[in-house]
Amino acid sequence: MGTKGKRITADVFKNILAWAVAMLVLVPMALIIITSFKTDKESLGMSLTLPTQWVFSNFNTVIEKGKLAVSFINSLLYAGFATLLTVFSATMSAYVFSRRRSKGFSILYMYLVLGMVIPINYVSLMKIMQLTHLNNTRLGIILLYAALQTPFTIFLVYGFVSKVPVELDEAAVIDGCSPMSLYFRVVFPLLKPAMVTAGVLCFLNTWNEFIMPLYFLNSTTKWPMTLAIYNFFGQFQRSWNLICADVILTCAPVVILYILAQRFIVGGQTAGAVKG
Amino acid sequence: MKKAKFYPWYFALISLIIYTVFSVVPGLIGIGYSFTDWSAYSRELHFVGWKNFAKVFSGNSEYLRYILNTLLFTVVTCTFKTGLGLLFAVLLNKGVKLKNLHRGILYMPSVLPILVTGLTFSSILNPKYGFLNAFLKSVGLGFLAQKWLTDPHIAFGSVMAVDVWRGTGYIMTMLIAGIVAISPTYYEAASIDGANAWQQFKYITLPMLRQTLAVTIVLNVIYGLKAFDIIYALTNGGPGHRTEVMNTAVFNMMSKGLYAEGTTISSVMFVFMVIIGYFMVKILTKDEVVE
Repeated sequence: MGTKGKRITADVFKNILAWAVAMLVLVPMALIIITSFKTDKESLGMSLTLPTQWVFSNFNTVIEKGKLAVSFINSLLYAGFATLLTVFSATMSAYVFSRRRSKGFSILYMYLVLGMVIPINYVSLMKIMQLTHLNNTRLGIILLYAALQTPFTIFLVYGFVSKVPVELDEAAVIDGCSPMSLYFRVVFPLLKPAMVTAGVLCFLNTWNEFIMPLYFLNSTTKWPMTLAIYNFFGQFQRSWNLICADVILTCAPVVILYILAQRFIVGGQTAGAVKG
Repeated sequence: MKKAKFYPWYFALISLIIYTVFSVVPGLIGIGYSFTDWSAYSRELHFVGWKNFAKVFSGNSEYLRYILNTLLFTVVTCTFKTGLGLLFAVLLNKGVKLKNLHRGILYMPSVLPILVTGLTFSSILNPKYGFLNAFLKSVGLGFLAQKWLTDPHIAFGSVMAVDVWRGTGYIMTMLIAGIVAISPTYYEAASIDGANAWQQFKYITLPMLRQTLAVTIVLNVIYGLKAFDIIYALTNGGPGHRTEVMNTAVFNMMSKGLYAEGTTISSVMFVFMVIIGYFMVKILTKDEVVE
């Protein structure tokens, strides 16, 4: 076999392997989708056989029984407001830290970014939540999510701000800009792409988060979708058709966001890994 | 231009307050509570010295096993995710049709809620009616069928495998971004010099990926040490605490009202992470220069 033949064999082998790996990811997803249309009886073991009878009403049943409308709005509220708050405040912080590199500010930046690593002590956080009367409140969860997402968001935006030329600031200052108008009228518009990236990631992470509401939200009417699906799973352990429908409804927003904003998600999550 | 005037410190105030109150302060007062007998059953707090820590670190304690489990989980999942991620990144770089589709598919699990992945696999791995055992039987490999999540010898391996399934695509994507950034001239020069694919990988790709690999490993370690959702959904620490890690143990203690024990384990983790965290953050923020 010549070199060309060898290459073709290698490529065929590569393509087969690539599809085999893809199947590992696709099969579980196909199982979920197929099972979500089955009857109760058929759904006990998830399998790739198509439903004998397509039950589209599973989705309605889940929305009603799982009270998904409320938890959908809750999730939207938590992820939405936490994202707005985090992106707004973290961008301003990143801007200041990127422009001022004195020893004191570098230490403060380090202090904030260390938040990407340090674990949350949920037990004593409960004490803080009780002292501030934020336990079991929507505002509390939003603030907790903002605290969780702030370090990474600052880290991400910091890299972007560094690329906005300082000369721009200087020109604006000569033209008589105040600190506020320098930031909001000159720098802020230039950071929009960074904020979209940070915002999409923040929304995604917050939508998927599960621990904070598990610890700090007792009333079912305040539960986000992740907690709602866990509870639903506990109640309907044998009705995998309904659980699968719930899984699809819970994942739909993030999957749609992923398809629409893939560029931002992948770009944002890989930022910092590659520095050329 | 006066920096202090035009880049005022109070721009960072909101971030600093939120982060300090909800992340740092709990960590610090948690250390204080570790020296007390704080629990749900008594209104009074008593200072007990190092008693809680002694309990955690005494030779045959349960708690020590949770810490070791966490470390094992971190090392094993990090190794497999990085290894497989690197393999797929190289594989999906050249000579594969529909490359971007493949990459998109493999990345997919990392945008889904971890909890949902866990719930889904708790059905797939069910010994009686789960898909995996049924599949193994249908292709004549029935002898490989296992009680994936309830057999004490296998459960932890299953949990880690599910987590590798979930996280490999993300690592792969980061490594692909790193590989794409390597200038093709290196490979051209190497192939003129007669280097084969393996030599090119070993002497160009790997060294050039050093920073990217360092970052992915750091991210994996951070994730691994904090793992909760996947274990909570799959086994909730069982069977017999075989898959218990620090965060699931803390949650269980919290629900039992054993606050002092919970906060002690959290504090051990907090101090450990702050120390290694400094070096991790140094790796993450390396090479950041003003352009």
